[in-house]
Amino acid sequence: MDPVFLGLAGEDWAAVGYSAVVACAAVLATLPPGVALGWLLARRTFPGKFLVETALNLPLVVPPVVTGYLLLVALGRRGWFFHAFGVSLAFTTTAAVIAGAVMGFPLLVRAVRLAFQGVDPRLYQAARSLGAGPLDAFFSVSLPLARNGVVAGAVLAFARALGEFGATMLFASSRPGRYTLALQIYALYNLGDAAQERMWRLVAASVVLACAALLASEWLERRGARRESA
Amino acid sequence: MSRLEFACALTYPGGFTLDAAFATDADLTVLSGPSGSGKTTILSLIAGLRRPRRGVIRLGDAVLFDADRHVNLPPERRRVGYVFQEHLLFPHLSARRNLEYGWRRRPPDAQAVDFGRVVEVLELGDVLDRMPHTLSGGQKQRVALGRALLCGPRLLLLDEPLAGVDDELKGRVLDYVEQVLREWRVPTLYVTHNAAEVARLARRVVRVEGGRVIENEVRDA
Repeated sequence: MDPVFLGLAGEDWAAVGYSAVVACAAVLATLPPGVALGWLLARRTFPGKFLVETALNLPLVVPPVVTGYLLLVALGRRGWFFHAFGVSLAFTTTAAVIAGAVMGFPLLVRAVRLAFQGVDPRLYQAARSLGAGPLDAFFSVSLPLARNGVVAGAVLAFARALGEFGATMLFASSRPGRYTLALQIYALYNLGDAAQERMWRLVAASVVLACAALLASEWLERRGARRESA
Repeated sequence: MSRLEFACALTYPGGFTLDAAFATDADLTVLSGPSGSGKTTILSLIAGLRRPRRGVIRLGDAVLFDADRHVNLPPERRRVGYVFQEHLLFPHLSARRNLEYGWRRRPPDAQAVDFGRVVEVLELGDVLDRMPHTLSGGQKQRVALGRALLCGPRLLLLDEPLAGVDDELKGRVLDYVEQVLREWRVPTLYVTHNAAEVARLARRVVRVEGGRVIENEVRDA
């Protein structure tokens, strides 16, 4: 059997590459707010906290097509964003990034929150008493200690964004060459028997990518747990 | 030496109320009392890790907290070296980086504390490059003491430094503490509920029970 990745057609490779770029951008864009929100949920209680948590997890339970439709309504040609700025984001690379970011964000925040909950808050206090200001103590003590969980969450969010279909389909699908991995698979499926082999190769490629991301995430989390118990 | 004045009240959600006042100008003040009497709470109030409902905390001419005047210095500006009972060494940093943490952040006008001398006095030369989880309890204790000392504190807070130390090592730890006090003369508040430690160390003893100061006496040195 051919090596999975090397057997891909050029157009299919482009879909893999485009998806990777979109997913990377989605993770990079959501990492700072994701870390901030994860920390906030782990460390602070505030009125309406459970509402924030519920809203945050909505994309996990609402059908992705619905999320995509809502994004289209909000940010498309008839949405408030267009009214305010005169720009429609729908069917652009930005739209693909936004769809991936929205779908991956809950997973990222969940992992970050768990990571911060695993760090003894008194270490932060110790850092403060030794002369570090709030941000200094966060970046020199809290964040490095939660690092593995943060990276694990970023990997999960990356994998989620990489495989995004429903929301991307409605909000961002445009033309071949701007197809993400999942959209390309769907397009090949619609071509019928002629494209079956190409489709299978792409399916195999996505499974390999997803497994690699999950393994990386699992490994990082275990490494973090080991260090905590040491 | 600078005088520490403490008069604070605080009620925990669980119902425990601390309402304590004392003043001391001894180099070493022992804060003693049974478990749960509020000793550690007093330390965390002085360090600024907890906020009292009302009261005043002064150290020399510096006001650390004053509810009426809305003064509440953040912990990093109080210059109070806190040695926690559980040491709380940063697990991702080597012993050396732990020691350097406060040292690198000390204010320019802090009392000069020589890094090499602290390592020498606390006999930490051999463990500098080791990670905290590989250190023994006694070694962690010394790193924690050195770390607090190196941030150039105006006051040291030692929370039961002998808890969790083997009996035969207790005398050694006290030797280190006494040597540090002799050499750097940082005023120290030492929390313990052990009568032998009180007898050996105390110039001044403040006894706390049920969140109140019940005794504040000077001992012969």
